[in-house]
Amino acid sequence: MGLKNRGSNVSCLVKNLSHIEFESASEVSRNMATQLEDQRIIEFDVRTDEMLVNMGPQHPSTHGVLRLLLKTDGEIVHEVTPHIGYLHRCAEKIGENLTGPQWIPYTDRMDYLAAMNMNLGQALAFEKLLGIEVCEKAMNVRLIIAELGRIASHLVGMGAYGLDLGSFTPFLYAFREREVILDLFEEVCGARLTYSYVTIGGVTHDLPKQIQMPDGLAALTGKPQGMVMTWSDAVLLFLEWLEKRIKEYHTLLTRNSIFIKRTAALGVLPAEMAIDYGCTGPVLRGSGVDFDLRRDGESIYTRMYEGYKFDVPVAPFSNRKDIPKEVILGDNWCRFFVRMLEVVESIGLVRQGLAKYPTAEGTHREPFKMSTKLPVDEAYLETECPRGQMGFYIVGDGQAEPMRARAKSSCFCNLSVTGPLCEGILLADIPAIVGSLDIVMGEIDR
Amino acid sequence: MTPQEIHKSLLKEFGEDVVTGANFEAKDAWIEIAPASIATVAEFLKADPQLRFDSLNDLSGVDYLEPDEKLAKKFPYEPHVAVVYHLYSFINRHRITIKVKLPRWKDDVEGRLPEVPTVSHVWAIADWHEREAYDLVGIYFVGHPNLVRILCVEDWEGHPLRKDYQLPLEYHGVRGK
Repeated sequence: MGLKNRGSNVSCLVKNLSHIEFESASEVSRNMATQLEDQRIIEFDVRTDEMLVNMGPQHPSTHGVLRLLLKTDGEIVHEVTPHIGYLHRCAEKIGENLTGPQWIPYTDRMDYLAAMNMNLGQALAFEKLLGIEVCEKAMNVRLIIAELGRIASHLVGMGAYGLDLGSFTPFLYAFREREVILDLFEEVCGARLTYSYVTIGGVTHDLPKQIQMPDGLAALTGKPQGMVMTWSDAVLLFLEWLEKRIKEYHTLLTRNSIFIKRTAALGVLPAEMAIDYGCTGPVLRGSGVDFDLRRDGESIYTRMYEGYKFDVPVAPFSNRKDIPKEVILGDNWCRFFVRMLEVVESIGLVRQGLAKYPTAEGTHREPFKMSTKLPVDEAYLETECPRGQMGFYIVGDGQAEPMRARAKSSCFCNLSVTGPLCEGILLADIPAIVGSLDIVMGEIDR
Repeated sequence: MTPQEIHKSLLKEFGEDVVTGANFEAKDAWIEIAPASIATVAEFLKADPQLRFDSLNDLSGVDYLEPDEKLAKKFPYEPHVAVVYHLYSFINRHRITIKVKLPRWKDDVEGRLPEVPTVSHVWAIADWHEREAYDLVGIYFVGHPNLVRILCVEDWEGHPLRKDYQLPLEYHGVRGK
């Protein structure tokens, strides 16, 4: 706000006052009253300069190193330009110099909150190119792992979104729950964040038989520490416990009236616009497009989900009666709620997967040689990752290393809609809208 | 629609001068389009009621070159640059891959980027994807509203996903090698 403008305002008021001087005392008080009551007169007079504000790249509510260049006029934001690339690690160039199995650890570091799903997408793309079909057991293990990964990822998405909107509690709860999933993953493959577990031809290890119950899970469920149980029993125990907690999240966030005020009818993304900007995943379903690659994708991917029962939650959630009346199709709240419902669906999927696990036939891993030469062909495959459709495009030229290894990021496309979505909104709503897209910069910059 | 039917429909509309080739044996069947006509073909692909490709899943550049001389003898492709469009239709639930082949350098002068018309007015997401392809692969999209680097810094030199790209020895005092 320029001093000059303020000055003109004051002079305007002074003019008015000098005018008032000649009027009777009662009239003066009446005039003053009207002036104070009608705030709009003053607000119209406040002229502000356009200001460029840099939000990020270190701002805590930009989910990593995202820089938003805002053109603001007072509290109103006229233009938002995202600047990305701060986390660019040349993943595609590296992929061109490594074989498929060697590249998998780099996909972990793309969407580091859902590394299992990234591994799966990459492995499936190579399998599509090579014409490998994994057996039932490998598919079963992959499904259990991928859906657990989805739960862990959505928990962070939910917690971090609460944090964006100034509520700290759900974040701590979400991390407490996610911790147990990480403990369970650690039992499976030894890593807690960058698993490289799903690999071409299956998964690196079979699910463990007997484990010591993770301390975190023991503390949460009130069981004695160090109990020995099967891995699937531990998962089932956790899921049973998690299912009851979801009601708490709904109380804390979903139906919290402050939360609704900050998310409902804000950042409304119409379906056509979502498709035009390549939005996928919960962002697309929040806009009312009934599309999920787990159901509508290519057969190499949907084969995994054959015989499993699950719903695809889509706004406007017509089968539910508990939707707040302020909510509009395609707003922040819808995107958030799609994620919450997906957690419930994933819990069901993991349970079904575990039930089928003992009878699943075949091995968890077909042998795959690191030096296997890729055919002179190309394959593009998208999978449904927690944040949207992650695509891998592999071009082979007869050598073991692909000639082109492209990773199409879902968050990259979801973020591209921020500009048009944030035009003309209040400054304080920017974190609410960007947070509702649930982006991970590692995946955008690759 | 099957890739063959899509190909037929494109041939009928534009003829063989524009629809220059197709490969239905590939894992993802693709159709090749002449570079100059890609924008009009894209508009048709999106608008035609039989096709309705409303979603551009991915746009990427590919540099077909083998810099290693020994391996180059066995290299199965002609050296060129391709722009690959992976399309999907939410309405008709079918997919197709469109390819545009370009010379590696315009007029064979090294450093002059090959040119292809933009499709960012057809699919909004192409805006960012084309910026990325320009940044990393070095393809100039004619008519793009804001063709600047997106992942690399503005003053970066060269296009890293080119096969003959050399890492700079120095960048603002930081040693490269």
